[in-house]
Amino acid sequence: MGSTLAEKIIAKASGRESVSPGEFVTCAVDLAMMHDSGGPRRVEPILKRLDAKVWDPDKVVLITDHFVPPVDAMSAAILDLTRKWADANGITNFHDMQGICHVVLPERGHLSPGMFVVGGDSHSPTGGAFGSFMFGVGATDMAGVLVTGETWTKTPATIRVDIDGELGTGLSAKDIILHLCARIGMGGAEYQVIEYGGATVAAMSMTERMTLSNMAAELGAQAGLIAADATTTAYIEAAGGNPGNPAQWQGDADAKYLRTHTVDASALEPHVAAPHSPANSAPIDDHSTVAVDQAYIGACTGAKLEDLQMAAAVLKGRQVATGTRLLLAPASTRVTAAAAADGTLASLTAAGAILMPSGCGACAGYGAGILAEDEVCISSTARNFQGRMGAVSSKVYLGSPYTVAASAVAGRIADPREFLVGETS
Amino acid sequence: MNECGKAWVFGDNIDTDVLAPGLYMKGPLKVLAAHCLEAVDPDFAPNVEVGDVIVGGENFGIGSSREQAVQALQFLGVRTLIAKNFAGIFFRNALNFGVVALSCAEVDKITAGDQLSCDPEQGRITNHTTGETYACDPLPEQLLAMVTDGGLVDHLERRLAKKEHAS
Ligand code: SF4
Repeated sequence: MGSTLAEKIIAKASGRESVSPGEFVTCAVDLAMMHDSGGPRRVEPILKRLDAKVWDPDKVVLITDHFVPPVDAMSAAILDLTRKWADANGITNFHDMQGICHVVLPERGHLSPGMFVVGGDSHSPTGGAFGSFMFGVGATDMAGVLVTGETWTKTPATIRVDIDGELGTGLSAKDIILHLCARIGMGGAEYQVIEYGGATVAAMSMTERMTLSNMAAELGAQAGLIAADATTTAYIEAAGGNPGNPAQWQGDADAKYLRTHTVDASALEPHVAAPHSPANSAPIDDHSTVAVDQAYIGACTGAKLEDLQMAAAVLKGRQVATGTRLLLAPASTRVTAAAAADGTLASLTAAGAILMPSGCGACAGYGAGILAEDEVCISSTARNFQGRMGAVSSKVYLGSPYTVAASAVAGRIADPREFLVGETS
Repeated sequence: MNECGKAWVFGDNIDTDVLAPGLYMKGPLKVLAAHCLEAVDPDFAPNVEVGDVIVGGENFGIGSSREQAVQALQFLGVRTLIAKNFAGIFFRNALNFGVVALSCAEVDKITAGDQLSCDPEQGRITNHTTGETYACDPLPEQLLAMVTDGGLVDHLERRLAKKEHAS
């Protein structure tokens, strides 16, 4: 019997011929990624207790994004601690205030197919878009990895999601994953692996694939993999990374999947998730009367260059509605630079978007852009749990960058297709 | 690891908010533990004894990644969890903190108060009250070693001490 992509990576990392679902293995970690919130300040006390050093500083990537830029003395102290820890531990892959970890990591060429990667953040499945087995761990697990360079895992089974058909105008990967959140449910993937495939995924850019993998976390998957192809290789090479041998990191044709879901992308409508769960998602017309106070284009999920371009396609030559504010926090400094260079940023700011620093920002309520009591926000982020973006009574709807932009113009949740008719997506 | 303990039986989807209620997360572990499982059984925290066994249904530990969900149970003296299946991150946390977590398809046969013992290496649970034995997913040697040492950090502490000794 053949192996899935996840099984092949876990077998390599654990030094075995093959592994089967349910099998416990100890794996060598190729790369460990941490950020300022869950990183040094949480792992250092454990390292101190063990009087241990980082096993291989070159395999650690440290990124500041949660408390960036600091808004008070406490967050400034966390960043200060993070910088000093990087210095003291010889971490040269330290990206300070360069953007959100899940976007900066591949942007700087750190990921390649076949890698076994741990990340100190729940959206670590994002790295699966590059054919790496990447999953999120807590502080104790991370400390163990930092000391030994290995970690244990129960080999997950793989759930295959086949997506075929051409996405219509004004639709994107975000609509697909919101649709899946409704179908599979929060946690419905039961800590198995989701592996995306099909013609629609093959036609997607890397940043769109990252959106699918990112929100595998919402489905409760350990990882959200997409096998590498020419698109992956081209991205990694452009990022200065080493794509390795992508042909080796493909699932076998006779691999065994736990189950398979199929999605017809051509029949999909823009989706919006109502408060307070991504699983509360439905086709957009259900929500078209909801007025919005704030529209937010941000986060690892929804503020990559292509996300900004989607928003610009709607906002170009239009204005954000009076009474609604549009906050824009590009996912990384490189995204900001690229959007400035290609005119995207000008279209957005001319429409009235308020430019914010690159970081987690309002996504989890760490930075600026917090919601007041009862305020309504439409957001390109991944999660709309109660109180996550501000006051407990605030309401967050999730949508694609197209939908967020259209809603900003309309002042209510709006179908982006109304603004894109006759334009090509 | 073959000691006997009394079973406390719970249903499906016992989540991390039930195990470690958000309201008490900022306080000390002692206070948090006093409210562990309160929402489903207020008698549990005041009466549970060291060595007692938690028996759950599907998806035990679903919810957030908070390690306190395990720490609260551990504080109360619980060293063994048996459930139909566990939420992935909770399962990791349990073993990393030295708590045995065993997946067993036959949990429905266990009644509250039954005296249980388990052999995680062989994958066997014995119900001394009914005389039955149930199969469960065994834990591999390296994980058992970690659990026996009291969890990941204690395990590493031992490993590192041994190395130093040897060198
Ligand atoms: S942007 Fe939001 S979802 Fe992404 S890493 Fe930051 S807090 Fe998490």
